[in-house]
Amino acid sequence: MRPNDHPAPGGVQLRHVSQPLPHDSAAKHVQGAAPYIDDLPEPAGTLHLAVGGSPMARGRLIAVDLEKVRAVPGVVAVLTAADVPGKNDISPAFGDEPLFAHGHVMFHGQPVFAVAAETRDAARRAARLGAITVVQEKPAVTVEDAEKRGDTVLPDYAFIRGDASAAIDAAPNQIAGQFRIGGQEHFYLEGQVALAIPGEDGAMHVHTSTQHPTEVQHVCARILGLPDAMVTAEVRRMGGGFGGKESQASQWAAMAALAARVTGRPCKIRLDRDDDMAMTGKRHDFRVDYAVGFDDEGRIQGVEMAFLARCGCSADLSQGVVDRTMFHADASYFLPELIISSRRLKTNTVSNTAFRGFGGPQGMLAMERIIDEIACRLGRDPLDVRKVNHYGPERDTTPYGMTVEDHDVGAAILEQLERSSNYRERREAIAGFNASSPILRKGIALTPVKFGISFTLTQLNQAGALVHVYSDGSVQLNHGGTEMGQGLYQKVAQVVAEEFGVGMDRVRVTATTTDKVPNTSPTAASSGSDLNGMAARMAARQIRDRLAILAGEHFGVPAKEVVFRDDHAFAGNESLPFAELARRAHAARIHLSAAGHYKTPKLHWDRQKGVGRPFFYFAYGAACAEVVIDTLTGENRVLRVDILHDVGRSLNPAIDIGQIEGGFVQGMGWLTTEELVYDKDGRLRTHAPSTYKIPVASDVPADFRVTLFDGENREETVYRSKAVGEPPLMLANAVFCAIADAVQSIAPGRPVPLDAPATPEAILKAIQGIVAAG
Amino acid sequence: MARKGIRFLRRGRVVEVADFAPRTTLLDWLRIDQRATGTKEGCAEGDCGACTVVLGREREGRLVYEPVNACIMLLGQMDGAELITVEDLAQAGALHPVQAALVARHGSQCGFCTPGIVMSLFALYQEGGRPVTRETVCDALAGNLCRCTGYRPIIDAALDVCAEPPADAFESRNEATLAALRRLDDGEDVFVGEGHAFFAAPANEETLAKLLSDHPEATLLAGATDVGLWVTKGLAPLRKFISLGRVKGLEEIHDSPEVLALGAMSTHARAMGPLAGIDPDLGELMRRFGSAQVRASGTVGGNIANGSPIGDLAPALITLGAILELRQGNDRRTLPIENFFLGYRKQDRRRGEFLRSVLIPKPGPNDHIRIFKVTKRFDEDISAVMMAMRLTIKDGRIVTARVAFGGMAAIPKRALAVEKALLESRIQEGTAWAAAGEALGQDFTPLDDHRASAAYRLQVGKNLIVKALAEIAGAPSDATRIIGHREAAHAAE
Repeated sequence: MRPNDHPAPGGVQLRHVSQPLPHDSAAKHVQGAAPYIDDLPEPAGTLHLAVGGSPMARGRLIAVDLEKVRAVPGVVAVLTAADVPGKNDISPAFGDEPLFAHGHVMFHGQPVFAVAAETRDAARRAARLGAITVVQEKPAVTVEDAEKRGDTVLPDYAFIRGDASAAIDAAPNQIAGQFRIGGQEHFYLEGQVALAIPGEDGAMHVHTSTQHPTEVQHVCARILGLPDAMVTAEVRRMGGGFGGKESQASQWAAMAALAARVTGRPCKIRLDRDDDMAMTGKRHDFRVDYAVGFDDEGRIQGVEMAFLARCGCSADLSQGVVDRTMFHADASYFLPELIISSRRLKTNTVSNTAFRGFGGPQGMLAMERIIDEIACRLGRDPLDVRKVNHYGPERDTTPYGMTVEDHDVGAAILEQLERSSNYRERREAIAGFNASSPILRKGIALTPVKFGISFTLTQLNQAGALVHVYSDGSVQLNHGGTEMGQGLYQKVAQVVAEEFGVGMDRVRVTATTTDKVPNTSPTAASSGSDLNGMAARMAARQIRDRLAILAGEHFGVPAKEVVFRDDHAFAGNESLPFAELARRAHAARIHLSAAGHYKTPKLHWDRQKGVGRPFFYFAYGAACAEVVIDTLTGENRVLRVDILHDVGRSLNPAIDIGQIEGGFVQGMGWLTTEELVYDKDGRLRTHAPSTYKIPVASDVPADFRVTLFDGENREETVYRSKAVGEPPLMLANAVFCAIADAVQSIAPGRPVPLDAPATPEAILKAIQGIVAAG
Repeated sequence: MARKGIRFLRRGRVVEVADFAPRTTLLDWLRIDQRATGTKEGCAEGDCGACTVVLGREREGRLVYEPVNACIMLLGQMDGAELITVEDLAQAGALHPVQAALVARHGSQCGFCTPGIVMSLFALYQEGGRPVTRETVCDALAGNLCRCTGYRPIIDAALDVCAEPPADAFESRNEATLAALRRLDDGEDVFVGEGHAFFAAPANEETLAKLLSDHPEATLLAGATDVGLWVTKGLAPLRKFISLGRVKGLEEIHDSPEVLALGAMSTHARAMGPLAGIDPDLGELMRRFGSAQVRASGTVGGNIANGSPIGDLAPALITLGAILELRQGNDRRTLPIENFFLGYRKQDRRRGEFLRSVLIPKPGPNDHIRIFKVTKRFDEDISAVMMAMRLTIKDGRIVTARVAFGGMAAIPKRALAVEKALLESRIQEGTAWAAAGEALGQDFTPLDDHRASAAYRLQVGKNLIVKALAEIAGAPSDATRIIGHREAAHAAE
């Protein structure tokens, strides 16, 4: 430990916060000693579940013959909608998604029944024997299909400012076009899993791999027809989440709970990978129709953007997701007059859901491509067009009426990265390379990120924590945030250790569970450490204040002069070991437990009017990517990436850099190799890693330079840090824009008809398109 | 008399297992039977690597540690090997150097892929004694998906510790382990189960031929990198397995100046070097073949006999004029590999017949070889289009042309119209290139699927022909390709 390296604001020396400590479970991870739910010792008599899914994407469900399923040796129970004692609804909000299909089916693979058997193997074999009869109807697979039918999962919504159409017409230049953006499978390495253990009086304890234990609790209670208080949901760690275990974990937990209720035995469900990919939601894919008017410098005068989202078969989280697309359609740019509209289209595909960025990446990417196209039309460097449009003085109001108060941070990051990446020199060098390279072409792009931090559903911006100090001076910490690999447990533990002035080895973080901290928000929207760090700090501070009074009495000084550090309470030259103080506190009948609760200040959002301050602050960053493409095959490679990202005053720089690198690579996968293919019958054809390709080690640029921006959060967050979970994903927009830039070199001045993801096929198609346009 | 159980080495002891269902996977045995849950299941199809374990085996007289996917390996295949899992690495509470490096570099986030990554790097660590570069590390990790970290810290951890000669507990007991493995190698046939359901591993060709005659419907098991998926994903009701893994001689490799003879059970890992010696493009093809785990299990014979329309080796071997040697009972026959593929997943292999070896004639000094594999992702992906070309050029004129494609039809197949267009043309004539490309439309009518559209396949096929001809005519490959530069391979020799 280097105690004096990190002075905090106000000159206080930080011992734990800001240290690059490893992940709390790192040593266990590398030994295979960190248990995930499927690794827990199974209670005696545990049954295993497998799911039978719909063979059609849309139609009337007229018969489910499960006789052969029941006949398989080892099968104990078969469950359908008829077995649900409560309400057959697993939706997070809108009441439109059943646990088991009933009456009709909404997508291919939709759960129709489940089998509980003595072994997982028996359950899986039995599940394949179900005979499900569906009178097939023509499914809506694409946004066009749904548009034709006029089917939506939620009402249309728009931000409007001024008269965009008139502004576009009045501008010296106009462009109109269409852009498609693909979805993305989460591909958390640990698939969906839950273990339900029945308790007394009908109570249920559910081990669940979820980002939202409270919602799992509520959904299980709803399915079982129980009060929430009878259900406990617990999660120690997930093997990855990325948004895919926010609403999507409930169904499997509820299925296990239902089976446990019916059989009276512990029940476990672990989806195999194909079922997981077919039965759980993904990132929304979009068609974006746009028109823009701009001056001769590329400054946007007016813009119309229509976002057509494929939401799948139900609303799920599509209200918030597509809202966030709209919130980020400005990217980092001031749009004087605008219509940003959205349609939430209903298709017979699995219901799309949260995924790191929560719709934001699609909105931002669409705008970055518009900027590229403006630059192409004017023959200007896209970075210059980005700069003239960037938020600045007098040009600081977002399409939803929020003032961007710290646009100078975004601008400073762009300037600094432009210099540190040698953007201008490299652009020239690339032009030289391309002039003499007929087959291979290079491209470069530098794009900014500005991401709004807070749940846009304001009530979610709260968190609770529970801290105990035991009489031996050890500390137990619990909060509503979940650990999915992002290092939240460690960051919050660092905050608590700092508060008590004790070593990290004294702080024990326990599994997130609804019976310790109730009514929690999902660990989502990048909010984990902002919310839970603050709540835990407030809990710890209450106890510390009580201890300070006792210590002050002991030392004969006012409580505020007592300092906690190095496992001691200090007053002047005197000190008392923390453990001794805890022992004395207990003897003095001082309460050594406290709950903390935090709510984010300053937020107000009127969705109906489309104005307010939905975000506490913005996280900023920028990336410069250089790529090479093969014009004969469309193959491509990212050669170098420079990133400058703003995490405020980092709680843990090692963890934050991990989030930045990991987020960037995940975004790069979304925009390059990861392609979801549905056939015309609505079947997902890419439902395993053999057909759905996330990045591997060699896809990561060999030259990968990541730097944290030197600054602090101007808002009062925990130690002035900034959220880091989602924003880095959008740094990968630079990769897509760089690929488009490489294609552009073939025919400067012509728009690049490249859709996302930029697979080799999409790139070759864009090349053929740009050549044919001549 | 056949042995009734399998035996393998684990934690310094011989483990004997006689009572197991023939289709039991190694991963299920570990996780369910042994409750050793450090090894994870991520996909059950050998793609994600979360289940990676390491097997120690004697290869060419020394102890070699190789990573394999436990999810698709059958338990019976363990016979005669040393099994090492993630729980076995730390000694007396001290992390293994690979584990310590991953912690120090912040190489785990959610931690679910980490046990597999540890084991892949452990295998790389044990290789020792060769230069470890970012590229070799990425090759070692191509079969391990991580969704959290972006790999950079994992690569750095590997570069920290895998460059040095190994110095760990496994290295210090190397001799003892090798001796123990030799004691397990008893030359006995293995037969676990009963006549109606068994896992058999005959020790020589004679007992194999006999067993196969008795049970012609049994599933022949080579590396199980495909059969394993029939079990885990297809839930195929397979009851009889005949593993070729212990058959003496089938794994042999004989490399002469005229011909490379690969025993059917040569793993891709072992065949890689000799194949790379034929041409750098063949080496690059093998580098991108599956992953380190798949190459350590999968075999040359399995890849061919399985008859996949996209099996990567077939198009290359067709252009090289490879000959297959098959055996049924005591009958042996040979046939050119291109005649082996009859239709979709249908091959000229008779009931009860097995593939013995592949004979690959070495190209002559006037032969020029180019092989291209086009995929969505460079590493660990299945071809959308795969092309192999061999031209014999005399005085600037193409005197023989062999061009074969994978991914363009139900079987790997020669492009006869393209070959005809090339024949007798001059390699330096650009007009001949385009004509050859255009001829591809006569050879193939490819299909649309999730890997690529028909139009893309055809266009890329044409473009690959042009690219190959441009290179053979003299264009340096660093101007024509993004990866797999031939110049680099030559420089490394």
